[in-house]
Amino acid sequence: MYLLAIDWWLILEKFILVGAVVTLCLFVAMYSTYAERKIAAFMQDRIGPNRAGPWGILQPLADGGKLFFKEEIIPLASSRFLFILGPALAMITATLTSAVIPWSTPLYLFGREVHMQVADIDIGILYIFGIVSLGVYGIMIGGWASNNKFSLIASIRGASQMISYELAMGLALIALLFMTGSLKMSVIVQNQIENGWHVIYQPLGFLLFFICALAECNRTPFDLPEAENELNFGYHQEYSSMKLGFYLFAEYINMFISGVVMATLFFGGYDIPFVEEAGWGLHPNWLSVIGFVVLLAKSFFFVFVFIWIRWTIPRFRYDQLMNLGWKKLIPLAILNMIVTAVVILLLNK
Amino acid sequence: MLTQRAQPVDRRPMNWVEKLYLWNILKGMAITFSHLFRRKATIKYPEETRPLPAVFRGLHVLNRDEQGRERCTACGLCALACPAEAITMEAAERQPGEEHLYREEKYAAKYEVNMLRCIFCGLCEEACPKDAVYLSKTIAPSNYSRKGFIYKKEDLLIPNPITEPEAYQKALGERGMNSNQTRQKE
Repeated sequence: MYLLAIDWWLILEKFILVGAVVTLCLFVAMYSTYAERKIAAFMQDRIGPNRAGPWGILQPLADGGKLFFKEEIIPLASSRFLFILGPALAMITATLTSAVIPWSTPLYLFGREVHMQVADIDIGILYIFGIVSLGVYGIMIGGWASNNKFSLIASIRGASQMISYELAMGLALIALLFMTGSLKMSVIVQNQIENGWHVIYQPLGFLLFFICALAECNRTPFDLPEAENELNFGYHQEYSSMKLGFYLFAEYINMFISGVVMATLFFGGYDIPFVEEAGWGLHPNWLSVIGFVVLLAKSFFFVFVFIWIRWTIPRFRYDQLMNLGWKKLIPLAILNMIVTAVVILLLNK
Repeated sequence: MLTQRAQPVDRRPMNWVEKLYLWNILKGMAITFSHLFRRKATIKYPEETRPLPAVFRGLHVLNRDEQGRERCTACGLCALACPAEAITMEAAERQPGEEHLYREEKYAAKYEVNMLRCIFCGLCEEACPKDAVYLSKTIAPSNYSRKGFIYKKEDLLIPNPITEPEAYQKALGERGMNSNQTRQKE
């Protein structure tokens, strides 16, 4: 009898939602590689891949197929368990962060209210931070298991960089929390729908968060861990075939999720700007779909800015990177926090 | 000193706006963004090709005269001149019924050019006394095996102007239009 008391429909819809979200992440990561190559080419006055399918649309499939067919090499001197664990951990942490993001307003299907958020937990943002901290392990294990001086140095640099920039990111978020009063992601989005987007109230916070997100994703100008011309190939040098594919995909998924998180925290999530869309008279399911598309558009814009910055700026030197993280961003974040707190107290919100 | 156009390098220390680096980064990003909308420098081969110069040295072609007879007499001067030793040939004697096929009494029964050895220098074209071999504008295509790169006489011979005039004119290309190049050699 206990079995009948469990809400099986809820479990089914959560499963489907998880599957859909992970598929979306993978699909977007695949086409992020295509977008990166095309945008990089256009910025360099050339056309990118245009042979695989019209305008090269099928190029990511060709890349995936190429990675599958390559030979799986595991160095003899490496620890086999750790070698396989590294990319697996990177991919797991990259996809886990997508669980708490509110993708849209609830859908109404088959007489049920389906929330477009896999888990609306009370510690929403903190969960994302925890998972991102675990992502450091993926890089460190990868570098250590390769049994290679260059990989080790690269992974140490990567780990220290990620740890330092997490601090500034967290401090920038605390100022945001002063305003919203809750860590739940759905409450944050609701707050933005009622009071206006957080980027207007926290421009410095957004800038800090953006820079730290660049550092967390190991993107230029912070891409020392995978500097192609400095450290051979960094921590994923020894990897081939699908393990390398996992590392690269995990990086692109991280990029996409960072874009989505920034859109959710600072740019209103699934909210359409300047429009009172509840008054349009559309069925709530349509509004939900439109909200989802708007969120995707915002995150794609952020991914575009990530790619744009990558192909503009040269890489930071390691000491400049650490300098920036500890001596410039953390004081700025603390200053941001103090100013926000003072303003809130004065306005007595 | 030499001209008055030398400008001193701007070595002023950075002001506080520049020290932030954000402004310079944004200026750089504006430049890369403007490049998104410029004309691309790519030539989409093989749909578009670059115009090759008139003296471009490509694949070999064995020539015929106006009556369709092969010009090559297997004298071996091209093979001797070739610095890469890419040309080999075997001579044969013209039989009484074959006057419409070959110009002189000696002709090349086998004429092979190894394109992997060939360096496309054109010395064979310069050495030939009969205006029989010249380098066309065709770029040597790629192949999956080494055997495909050894071009036999049938691959190299130009089409017969009597039986296939259009193909002959097409294969002659620019050489047919310039009467200076068709020397009347014996």
